[in-house]
Amino acid sequence: MAVPEGAAKTPRLSLVRLRALVRVFAGSFRDLVPIILVIAFFQIVVLREPFPDLERILVGLVFVVVGLSLFVQGLETGLFPLGEGMAQGFARKGNLAALLGFAFCLGFGTTVAEPALIAVCAKAADVAGAAGFIGDDAAARADYALKLRITVALSVGAALVLGVFRILKGWPIHYLIIGGYVMVEVLTVFAPAEIVGIAYDSGGVTTSTITVPLVTALGVGLASTIRGRSPMLDGFGLIAFASLTPMIFVLIFGMVV
Amino acid sequence: MDLIPGILGAALGTLRDIAPIAVVLIGFQVLVLRQRPKNLPRIAGGFVYVVIGLTLFLVGLEEALFPIGETMATQLTSSRIVGEIGDTPDWRDYGWVYAFAAAIGFATTVAEPALIAVSLKAEEISGGSLSAFGLRIAVAVGVAVGVSLGTFRIVTGTPLPFYIVVGYVVVIVQTARTVKTIVPLAYDSGGVTTSTVTVPVVTALGLGLASTIPGRSPLIDGFGLIAFASLFPIMSVMGYAMLTESLKRRRT
Repeated sequence: MAVPEGAAKTPRLSLVRLRALVRVFAGSFRDLVPIILVIAFFQIVVLREPFPDLERILVGLVFVVVGLSLFVQGLETGLFPLGEGMAQGFARKGNLAALLGFAFCLGFGTTVAEPALIAVCAKAADVAGAAGFIGDDAAARADYALKLRITVALSVGAALVLGVFRILKGWPIHYLIIGGYVMVEVLTVFAPAEIVGIAYDSGGVTTSTITVPLVTALGVGLASTIRGRSPMLDGFGLIAFASLTPMIFVLIFGMVV
Repeated sequence: MDLIPGILGAALGTLRDIAPIAVVLIGFQVLVLRQRPKNLPRIAGGFVYVVIGLTLFLVGLEEALFPIGETMATQLTSSRIVGEIGDTPDWRDYGWVYAFAAAIGFATTVAEPALIAVSLKAEEISGGSLSAFGLRIAVAVGVAVGVSLGTFRIVTGTPLPFYIVVGYVVVIVQTARTVKTIVPLAYDSGGVTTSTVTVPVVTALGLGLASTIPGRSPLIDGFGLIAFASLFPIMSVMGYAMLTESLKRRRT
């Protein structure tokens, strides 16, 4: 009895899955329509040039659509449940030091190897070399870039520790963030002008595509597990800390080095 | 086509990005929590999806979008579009640059995977009262305004801290007046927007612009666009919340 029933169910289930898959693909394509329109408009109307290598662009677009669809699927089945599961695990365990240690390692570990950050640090070393802060040779620049990278990674680790602590305590976020902004502005006055642009940009480049969902799920998971915390008010905000502290740390770095 | 080495390279890159995260996650799971996560196979499967998805996404961007976006950014600042540039650039000659900055800032933000993740989560947490799509559009509008204003700053050579201070003041005023529940999310949206898709194109635009305009140095003036792109979404998301709130109030 069970066999024909199961056999009848399978095709319907796969049809449902197929429909869901098509919907995901359609959603990803919709997300890319603006880019396609912008590039086509400026290429054809403003620059008045033909598309170079159109075939290659179309193949690339297919890759982008498929990749984005798979990523969104993986978010729901992998990154979100894992982040929330770990948040619940730590909350149940009740070990504050372990939780804060985890937050630090997650922030430091995900940032130190971030390609966007490595690129920005290399450029910053060029600026510093040209401005005469450091010796104008390759070794001094590499050393400067590495120190800067470690500084930013430490700052993101510190940001997540502070952010998680805030969720536990239920402090309102705006006092901390606005206080941080004020600090950035004060430091800007004292930091060398060449480092300011890089410092301001460093806040944006530290939060990568894999870190963001994981950290968001961690924050929301913690806030929904701990009694008296609201996921909306307390769960979000970790990313904000992770983009604020690098500015502060890099400005200080520019003054010290 | 030389896609295969590209795919392998991007896959290795993604795996290298994930390696430290995996070490931290597995380390704490095994040593501290000492508990198997629920649905381990499903989660592992999800991770495989994320790695493959990001790899294909990056290869596709490298193939299709980055080269043309970057060439475009430099071409738009060339003398053919802008006209002959004297010693002191006139900011009015750069109309297409501001338009391109706004359009590409908007478009790359809509496609940003990290933003998709956060807005999905926000919709889920708010019980659907906050629409993921609306949030993404609000952030994209913020990035568009921010990047466009950032290019204006490079053209005019006005100091970066000035804009950022004014921006912070607006953020502080808005924080005091907007719906409390949106504040943390709005602050987050600044960091989220500047990721895989937006950073390369916007950086190319800044560096291209700073190197073609007389009197600007790419090393000093080329930076700062990302800062604009992460500051303005904070304002636009809080503005969006204030707008939907007042519309709701008017209706009832």
